Amino acid sequence: MKRQRNIIEIVFFARGGQGAKAAAEIIAQAAAKEGKFIQAFPSFGPERSGAPTKNFVRISDQPIRSHEPVVDPDAVLVLDETLLGEPEITKNLDQDESLIINSVKFSEELAKKVPYFNGKIYPIDATGMSLTIIGQPRPNTVILGKLLKVTEVVRLESVLAEFRKIFEKKIGKEETDKNILAIEKAYDAL
Amino acid sequence: MEKNNKIALTGGQAMTYALKQINPDVMPIYPITPQTPIIETFAKFQAEHAVDTEIITVESEHSAISAAVGASAAGARTVTATSSQGLALMNEILYIASGMRLPILMAVSARALSAPLNIHNDHSDVMGARDTGWIQLFSENVQEAYDNTLIGLKLAEVSGIPAMAIIDGFITSHSIENLKTLPDKAVKKFVGEYQPEKFLLDTDNPVTFGTMALPPHYFDFKLDQDRAMRKAAKDYEKITQEFFDLSGRPYGLYEAYQVENAENVIILAGSAAGTAKDVVDKMRKEGKKFGLLKIKLFRPFPSPEIAAALKAAKNIAVLDKAMSFGTYPPIYQEIVSALHQEPDLAKKDNETYLIKKAKPKVQSYVYGLGGRDIFVKDIEKVFEDLIRGNISSEIKYVGIKNS
Repeated sequence: MKRQRNIIEIVFFARGGQGAKAAAEIIAQAAAKEGKFIQAFPSFGPERSGAPTKNFVRISDQPIRSHEPVVDPDAVLVLDETLLGEPEITKNLDQDESLIINSVKFSEELAKKVPYFNGKIYPIDATGMSLTIIGQPRPNTVILGKLLKVTEVVRLESVLAEFRKIFEKKIGKEETDKNILAIEKAYDAL
Repeated sequence: MEKNNKIALTGGQAMTYALKQINPDVMPIYPITPQTPIIETFAKFQAEHAVDTEIITVESEHSAISAAVGASAAGARTVTATSSQGLALMNEILYIASGMRLPILMAVSARALSAPLNIHNDHSDVMGARDTGWIQLFSENVQEAYDNTLIGLKLAEVSGIPAMAIIDGFITSHSIENLKTLPDKAVKKFVGEYQPEKFLLDTDNPVTFGTMALPPHYFDFKLDQDRAMRKAAKDYEKITQEFFDLSGRPYGLYEAYQVENAENVIILAGSAAGTAKDVVDKMRKEGKKFGLLKIKLFRPFPSPEIAAALKAAKNIAVLDKAMSFGTYPPIYQEIVSALHQEPDLAKKDNETYLIKKAKPKVQSYVYGLGGRDIFVKDIEKVFEDLIRGNISSEIKYVGIKNS
């Protein structure tokens, strides 16, 4: 049940060290560059490597005032499919909303792990794609391609530009290009 | 439609950006937990020569604020930042900074205090420092984090009283939100060149700071300090008017959101104000006269002004993010005291007189300790309590089962 329709709310479920916070920030910053109002914030748990983490993103055409954690998301991203047993993941995720999962499995198989969810499941092998294209496991940013395709919440070009802005200085042009290619592949993947 | 200028930062980054534009002379810091991202971001600016600030890294917060006292007394524009246990450890020297009337600006990311160990947001640390003689400015969001850093510095220097610009730890310090920044030039003009009236390195006009004051004098010093603190509210009004002219963003002594004709009012400070505003809007659509009074300037506390703003209120809920063990929590105490002050009888029609006559009921709530989230439904529940007259002298606890 949505309280406000003029706002898109996304939750990232991942494990500490998977880069979900960075991914959430990239998408929020890209939306801000498009002139949108945004919020990106982690759920502040113990930030240990491997521990389950939550990150929230809000994107709106109106100023965002609430500092409530996202309780009723429009889309949920799961970077680690072993988290799927947690009932919290699909809480308030309705029939017309999306669950994007980093997985090699088919959606039918994944659906068994989220029995209370009737919406659409979008599996994407973000880890595999990043290993093939980048040579390293970078599912956090690669999965954004799928998110953009499914939700159209921000333009792909905006996210790629933001990625380049943040990472080109750190990892060089060649590596950045590979990462961007991987995000584009995830965007185009069926 | 409202436009944004496409900048989005965390609260910590926003404060650091303001500090960079201020370009202070000295910033003593203790760069280890429990610190904020403010100092590491600022240190980066300094490494890139974007500021001329001398950063002094010391071995504890007690030393950080001590070095700040030394630098400020010497005549340097001085800032620092801390949080939680760090602020608690500074406590002794906070009184010395205010007693010596040193206009230090401190960015504080408000967080819980041990024990038990917790690093999350509440207001225990800053409320613990509420009687240290520092100005305290609370911020709702990243925009106010930026603005209060600039306003706080100028207010400290104009009033001669150190100031804390306070943000909610994690909720604001680590969340990315849109904000509007001012051009460097405008900030430079707003804060001006720092010209302390009296300082130790002014060898032509030698002065003593922090001298001994025995019973015939100490009390008088403290009265002077209190007078200066009360005057700081007037200074704040002037400075925020100037800031409004510059930025278009109004900063009153408090923020009254739909309070004018509200019979039921929630009062709180910090990031939950945004969530409460959404609830107020929702209730207003249903025809319910609800309002939010947001605390901005907590020290000095603008009692008569806040009492006057509550003249239509019949039921008030004060939400505190700190406890005062064995008695009522800090903001509740302030509000009840504000509502019971004797009105100026010479002006029988003034607003303070009206509020005195109205005698609203006030319920105390404590919420969010140690980072416990507050949800829209929690705030709705508070308003329901108010309508139903579910008001007593007993403190209620938000987010605790069976309370």
